[in-house]
Amino acid sequence: MKRLFLFGFAVFCSIFSGISCSPATPQTDRIVIWHWMTDRDKAFQALALQYEKETGIKVILELYAPSDVYSQKIIAAAQAKILPDIFGILDEKSVVADFITSGFVADLTADFKADDAAWEKVLFPKALLVNRFDPDNPYGVKPGIYGVPIDITNIQMIYNKNMLKKAGILKPPATMQEWFDASSALKRVGLSGFVSGWGELWMADCFATNYAFNIMGEDKVMATFRGEIPYTDPSWIKVFRIFSQMREKDVLVPGIVTKSNKDAEQDFALERAAFAFNGSWCVNVYNDMNPKLEYGVMLPPSASKEFPMKIWGGAGSSFFVNNVSPNKTKAIAFLKWLTAKEQQTFLAEKTQNLPVNQNSLASIPPILAEFSSSMESTTHPAIWPLNEDALVLEAFDRGLQSIIIGEKTPEKVAAEVQKVKLRQLERQKRIKNDLYQ
Amino acid sequence: MSGSPFFNKYRLWRWFKSGVVHVFLMTVTLTCLFPLFWMVRSSLMTQETVFVDKAIFPAVWHFQNYWVAWTEGHFGIYFLNSLVYTVFVVIGIVLISSLAAFAFSRLHFPGKNFFFYMFVAAMMIPLPGSFVPLVVLMNKYHLGNTRIGYILCMINVGLPLSILLLKTFFDKIPSDLEDAARIDGCSKLGIWRHIALPFARPAIAVIVIFSSLSVWNEYILAMLLLNDQSLMPLQRGVMYFAGSHSVDYPLLMASLTIAATPIVLIYLVIQKHIIRGLSSGAIVG
Amino acid sequence: MSSAQSKTLSGHLLKDYLSSFSFILPAVAIFVGFYIIPFYEIFNLSLHDWNGISAGKTFVGLENFQELMGDVIWWRSMWNATYITLIALTFQNILAFALALACNRAIHFKGFYRLVFFLPPVLSEIVVGIIWRWILNSGVQGNENIGLLNYLLNAVGLHDLIHNWLSDPNTALTCIAVVHSWKGFGWGFIILLAGLQTIDRRLYEAAQVDGANSWSTFWNVTIPMMLPVIMVVVVLTILGSMQSFVLILSMVGQGLVYHTEVPVTRILSAMTVTQRYGYACAQGVMFGLILVMVSFIIKKLSDRMKQA
Repeated sequence: MKRLFLFGFAVFCSIFSGISCSPATPQTDRIVIWHWMTDRDKAFQALALQYEKETGIKVILELYAPSDVYSQKIIAAAQAKILPDIFGILDEKSVVADFITSGFVADLTADFKADDAAWEKVLFPKALLVNRFDPDNPYGVKPGIYGVPIDITNIQMIYNKNMLKKAGILKPPATMQEWFDASSALKRVGLSGFVSGWGELWMADCFATNYAFNIMGEDKVMATFRGEIPYTDPSWIKVFRIFSQMREKDVLVPGIVTKSNKDAEQDFALERAAFAFNGSWCVNVYNDMNPKLEYGVMLPPSASKEFPMKIWGGAGSSFFVNNVSPNKTKAIAFLKWLTAKEQQTFLAEKTQNLPVNQNSLASIPPILAEFSSSMESTTHPAIWPLNEDALVLEAFDRGLQSIIIGEKTPEKVAAEVQKVKLRQLERQKRIKNDLYQ
Repeated sequence: MSGSPFFNKYRLWRWFKSGVVHVFLMTVTLTCLFPLFWMVRSSLMTQETVFVDKAIFPAVWHFQNYWVAWTEGHFGIYFLNSLVYTVFVVIGIVLISSLAAFAFSRLHFPGKNFFFYMFVAAMMIPLPGSFVPLVVLMNKYHLGNTRIGYILCMINVGLPLSILLLKTFFDKIPSDLEDAARIDGCSKLGIWRHIALPFARPAIAVIVIFSSLSVWNEYILAMLLLNDQSLMPLQRGVMYFAGSHSVDYPLLMASLTIAATPIVLIYLVIQKHIIRGLSSGAIVG
Repeated sequence: MSSAQSKTLSGHLLKDYLSSFSFILPAVAIFVGFYIIPFYEIFNLSLHDWNGISAGKTFVGLENFQELMGDVIWWRSMWNATYITLIALTFQNILAFALALACNRAIHFKGFYRLVFFLPPVLSEIVVGIIWRWILNSGVQGNENIGLLNYLLNAVGLHDLIHNWLSDPNTALTCIAVVHSWKGFGWGFIILLAGLQTIDRRLYEAAQVDGANSWSTFWNVTIPMMLPVIMVVVVLTILGSMQSFVLILSMVGQGLVYHTEVPVTRILSAMTVTQRYGYACAQGVMFGLILVMVSFIIKKLSDRMKQA
């Protein structure tokens, strides 16, 4: 008996002293970076080694996957005040804004503007927009640039060249009608239409906002967000109808509403669908799964001639510098180096992502160049003057699912979304009143 | 009564009965083995063939996937960490929960029921909500990013279930057995050690299996509490392959197979203790 | 008890209590440090309006709870979890008990069965998700069904049953519940098997001497002796099923409208998607309270059954 307890005691002593690791104390000879990008970790590690060789400063990259756990981790770390020197934030702009207003993120405006804005000029303006806060931004953040983009991405339609050829379709569809015709032509030769990872709600949301911009233009969308135009407006009904039409014309692969993006990518790579809606990161994925896949990139077929089709795009991932880190200047210097031409070319080659440095475009593969050619048409929630309330967005996205599975009509969904919108407007008003009282 | 036709009918009936039982067991067995088979099969293929090749056994077996997964996923260090975590958490849970369950079941003191129901109630609070406060708290205790902090957290997670389970089994100890030991001059600790623990051996085996499985497969708490890669458990290696955008399925499956093997082995060894052998039956009898 | 009291001396009794209490001391210490304090923190947050990051928290009293009471989606997620739990309680536990009984007898390969039945709980949710998504896949390539289930239905000529399993509100939750039960029966199986092993064999022998057949032995010996263990399995099944979410995420992603939402996914969504941390904590507290109440009722029921 005594022996057992002695053993137990010894065990606990040994964990407490011997093998336990001392809590991290801030060290100034090294930069610690937290990120979630498993697919880029190897390339980052290689660059970190090179940086150490060049400057003598050790860069430690800590990878935490999967990304939703990473999101929780930085939020918890912010609360516990143990954020590293550099970290990524993968949530929406409102979260980034919360990090900034709580004092966790360094303002990099001065660094970007230094030397006649040398750093700012070399990067794609679209990529920087995401991390820029304009004067009078709705988040109450001091105007400036806060994050460093490390790659660009945009989300478009992709088509399988061989499958289209088999169905006798000579050029990719440019309008909704052409797209529906193409889908029936595909159906006739036994091929399926369109796949996307709409089990991840934001992908469906992205598709819907593309058409909202195309049908009613940015101003009207923003007016809706402000509560000046209801979701029951004919233009919004038209947006919702796109989803019911896709259902009626049998364009969607079965089970699209619960498909994860990974499964959707697998479907497209294995030629189980002729069209996909996916981001530029897919180049790497398709290449891994089916190197022989021949595909092209196109804007989503337009539903209206009134306004141009817009797609989501901008910075893919961004790094932020810890405002209270003793290594702030070193961290900024490293990020400057990371976004320089050579390093961006290296990253683009290794990870098949669009580089953020304008001078690195020359060496990217043709399919990525196709993606980058539509950069002009990009927009992103992070650069809109305001965003829709999160609860309204949830009702909107779930409503899209309801339409796709044929559970509700576009009109019914519009009415339901509007109901949530009115409730949230009421709540905002109440909070504002409370503030002024 | 012992006429031969009856005898044959009886035997036939018995065969039929055991046949039905085996068909039932085999059906369940097939559904359990299929995912395992699929996992191992996929781990031996390549990214290009894994979803295309319809053959039951792949034509070429890519055993190198395991080597690639092991080195690229840095499994060496993670493996060691998981081993340390599992051993200490299991020892901690078994010691602490069996002491507490023994007290709840066989000893008398004021507030006994209060504390017992407190533990049972604790199981009901869903974990995801408490992550952020827990991380903040751990850093306040200076236990953030330490092995001991993670071990204590995991012990805490496993305690209520183990206490509830062990108490149920301790309740079944025949009281004459306990009285006999007390008359022989056994202390409370002695009864715990010499009567209760051996009696509840199957339940302890179950707890060992449950808690080692929960530690072995845990990663969310590890990701949140630990910062250094050198402290991370095995599942971190698996998550490396379940990447955000591109997933290399054969490597993922190889890493999952690597991760699953030790736990299957642990189960293989421990499950024998669930089945009471002849020798331990003597303690009761 | 009586012997301790007859010796009297309250000092002796106190010493006895203290030494008894020291048995639960380590458990209580860990518990207070790692459970009670964070829980207090959660309860405190549930009374606030907070986005999870900013320094400012607004005290709103019971407003979060008030809103929660009228939150239709929340109560629907509660029902969905209950539905999964009901299927697990019946389908999963009957399966587990039947298998445990079978493996408790003298049959061939029982060591092999014991190993195999615990494989689903051992397997990672990643594998389980990938495989079941494939089995239930409703897509077609050419004229062939991609999903195994639809493929088999097609092969045996049951074309009418071919279905959009995970994207149809009528089947999605049931599919999830069945897969959940399949993944979970191994837990109940080994607890019940361990329980069966502790039944005194003399009881069976006595029943045999009395001339009881196997059916009446089962009802008069096995079931009463197993009742406490069955109750533990029932409580654990309820907890495991009510709190399940990893499998749901890996099978239907963020869910099919609100048909596959369960309380934990609602909590996660309030924490990370809609950024309402206080509301998420209120949901957690409410959910915990309901579960405590449910298990209290079960406890009362099982006590009554024991008396009967």
